[in-house]
Amino acid sequence: MIERIAELVNADPAIVRWGRHMNETFMLEVGETQYLVTVDRGLISSIEKGPFVMRPWRFAIRAKKECWDKFWQQPPAPGWHDLFALLRRGDVVFEGDQRVLMAYLLYLKLVLAIPRRFS
Amino acid sequence: MIENLVGRYARMRLDGREHRIYFEEAGQGIPLLCLHTAGSDGRQYRAVLNDPEVTRHFRVIAFDMPWHGKSSPPEGWEKEDYRLTTGSYTSMIMAVARELGLERPVVMGCSIGGRIVLNLALKHARELRALIGLQSAAYVERYYDAGWLDHAEVHGGRACGGLAYGLMSPLSPEAQRWETVWHYMQGGPGVFSGDLYFYQVEGDIRERIGAIDTKLCPLYMLTGEYDYSASPRDTEAAAARIPGAKVTIMKGLGHFPMSENPDTFLSYLRPVLDEIRGGK
Repeated sequence: MIERIAELVNADPAIVRWGRHMNETFMLEVGETQYLVTVDRGLISSIEKGPFVMRPWRFAIRAKKECWDKFWQQPPAPGWHDLFALLRRGDVVFEGDQRVLMAYLLYLKLVLAIPRRFS
Repeated sequence: MIENLVGRYARMRLDGREHRIYFEEAGQGIPLLCLHTAGSDGRQYRAVLNDPEVTRHFRVIAFDMPWHGKSSPPEGWEKEDYRLTTGSYTSMIMAVARELGLERPVVMGCSIGGRIVLNLALKHARELRALIGLQSAAYVERYYDAGWLDHAEVHGGRACGGLAYGLMSPLSPEAQRWETVWHYMQGGPGVFSGDLYFYQVEGDIRERIGAIDTKLCPLYMLTGEYDYSASPRDTEAAAARIPGAKVTIMKGLGHFPMSENPDTFLSYLRPVLDEIRGGK
């Protein structure tokens, strides 16, 4: 499912436009599983599945699998519908360069909500 | 088609400085003064101002706070950081009400406005007919660094818009949600974070709300279930300390009920206004 995020984002110009200036790799952690997501001008050029050895990333977004499962329900329940909703619950952790995360906050929210389209 | 609401400017002194305050109004009857959320402006109340069922009995007024919307900051703004406080916010609301000649208005505020109505209940209950707190909570702890909302290397409009986007309900209509985001994207640098200073730092009113007397001035608290900033739990915790406060949890709504889903919000607001009008 995570790998399919790229296909759906890249086909949706309404999302890509919010990441137009983003050229970064970030870590997405779903429970024990790590993914490195590489964004090239708003298009997701790769999603690699870990484990990784000494791979750099700009920022990381980590949450338990149960949290992402609730986040990805369609429609999500109150308190599970947004990245910052998870943050206030203490169910997501942001690490690394928060400036880049905040600069592309809207884009990242739209990208990370994409799996709701599968449910 | 031209809407019935009109926009005008009022000149007044606030905290010893000259201001030119933009406000929109529609309707006749009991004054209903509306307070927008942090970092946004009075357009959030566009649907209330345009609802004939409301404007038949109420003179609805929504003003843009200084620094917000069409109310410019005061002279010398370029030399200072904007910071809203309980004191400045309260005196601003009462000054606007005075300047516009509002006699015992109902005051309805959302988010920071939902917070300040609690202070109005403590300090000005006898001058007000009723108070309506939308997304009203006595305190919200800082759970993110608001400094990023005012940072030269982060586009403020995009970051503020991104923040506001998630506070809404995924069930609210797309068009209204994105308009709400747009208002956030138009805020000046440091304005949203300056409001959040009141919301997340200075304006903790938890210890004082027990003294609110709802017999002097009725207090209604309406909260959307999808709000995680002022969540239903936060509203209920505040209401538990205020005898007589009337709480409604609004299904399917988020942090900006009047703006993100006007139709559903109005279905919750109209009965409250009817009750206030009936003086029950």
